Amino acid sequence: MSPTEVVAELSDGMTIGIGGWGSRRKPMALVREILRSDLRDLTIASYGGPDVGLLCAAGRVRRVVFAFVSLDSIPLEPHFRAARQAGSIEVTEYDEGMFLLGLQAAAWRMPFLPTRCGLGTDVMALNPDLRTVTSPYDDGEELVAMPALELDAALVHMHRGDIGGNGQYLGVDPYFDDLFCRAAKKRYLSVERLVDTDDFRSAGSPETLRINRLMTDGVVETPGGAHFTECVPDYPRDEAFQKTYAASAKSPEAWQEFRGRYLDVTEAEYLEAVGFDG
Amino acid sequence: MADRPEPDLHPTGPATRAEICVLACAEAFRGDGEIMANPIGTVPVLGGRLAAATFEPDLVMTDGGALLVTNPLPLGVPDAEKAVEGWNPYRAMFDVVWSGRRHVMMGATQIDAHGNQNIAMIGDPQRPKAQLLGFRGAPGNTINHATSYWVPNHSPRVFVERVDVVTGVGYDRAAALGPRSSRFHRIPRVVSNLAVLDFETPDHTLRLASIHRGVSVDDVVAATGCALAVPDDVPETPVPTDSDLALIRDVLDPTGLREREVQA
Repeated sequence: MSPTEVVAELSDGMTIGIGGWGSRRKPMALVREILRSDLRDLTIASYGGPDVGLLCAAGRVRRVVFAFVSLDSIPLEPHFRAARQAGSIEVTEYDEGMFLLGLQAAAWRMPFLPTRCGLGTDVMALNPDLRTVTSPYDDGEELVAMPALELDAALVHMHRGDIGGNGQYLGVDPYFDDLFCRAAKKRYLSVERLVDTDDFRSAGSPETLRINRLMTDGVVETPGGAHFTECVPDYPRDEAFQKTYAASAKSPEAWQEFRGRYLDVTEAEYLEAVGFDG
Repeated sequence: MADRPEPDLHPTGPATRAEICVLACAEAFRGDGEIMANPIGTVPVLGGRLAAATFEPDLVMTDGGALLVTNPLPLGVPDAEKAVEGWNPYRAMFDVVWSGRRHVMMGATQIDAHGNQNIAMIGDPQRPKAQLLGFRGAPGNTINHATSYWVPNHSPRVFVERVDVVTGVGYDRAAALGPRSSRFHRIPRVVSNLAVLDFETPDHTLRLASIHRGVSVDDVVAATGCALAVPDDVPETPVPTDSDLALIRDVLDPTGLREREVQA
């Protein structure tokens, strides 16, 4: 598939889960492709980084489901902050572990999974729909019933993939990309490089094959597709460009300039403009 | 905030305030044994690594990412040699959190006299005046295992009567949950740039445990915007030994990041 074909499978109002963590191995080429489309009113569920910030800044987001939104080396995501402080988006806030359990419940087709997380905090007050359950066993413990976080679509980025939709991560942390795929109806995988299935073996051990074709509906090769987030060992985070991105939240003019230079352009032009050389 | 003078990043004399804070953070982990210590922030990370390198050798330490490492890693040295003993990606971190074999030291934008913590936002949750980190792992941490706090800027804006949003469970809310749900909740200490505080009062409210060298009890009281129990005799926070200082200065923080986070 091409990024355009992936985005053509998405529609307004969808709940879209985005893999990676903070400013690490985000499917940024697919996010940039959404920005080139006219998709809107999206609900984005993410261990959030610049994926969330960009979509908020471009006015594509109705709701963010999150436990944090961070650029890691810049702790607070400035575009997400601006959208929150302007009151222009709705939010559903969870604890990081609750978010995981929501994905897991959706993946297992369970209505909810029980957890202690959230008890005693304002997660409960801010999510008035959250319910608790009482253990049916002798302990009788009251627990939070974390509801399934069902996704209409999932977008994830891996280092290598094959044409069948298998994906291989070569970094040190798989994050939750497999779970995003398992929790979603439509699943799209972007990869740094498409390889022959036989080549997976020489690139890494079997457990690096975190995504298999049961979990994907389409695969697209996007070299630099996680830029400017970290995609080690292929490339580190582009800290200098991340600073440029963060600075674009300073004023509408700064955002317009950033947008004109880096977003209202093709992916090839983007990679050239940021000086990406793999 | 007024510009601060450039700190001396390579102190050679007696322990600086930042170094006293490092030891105070290390002491939070004393007695923990073989659990994962997850200090967050410059001074807490140095504290955790100091504890593991000295009096708590069984602590399991991360490299700040997915690797478990046995050697005292220098902070801010990205290509430092790592003696890797294990793999703990984020997925596995939740297994550790929910098992209870963990002690985290988190920051707190606001904290109250019961230890309720806020790192999510200031103001109206629908449209916050300041969007901060979000809940992150605070609800899961505080209900499952020991959580200590680090406050590098002790002030009435941090120690408040009422936090805007409760992200981390305090003792009053834990008590309201009942003994079963709250049985894993514990806040061993709060370390600030001025003092060490704990909740060792009959009703588990904030208490002044020790003051750092050069700080008076009145300084702490004036910088605290919530109720604070002050014992008759408040000891001075322990000062790092020469060998602690050598570890901090030469091994753990050779570029002096701690001195940027805390100045006396």
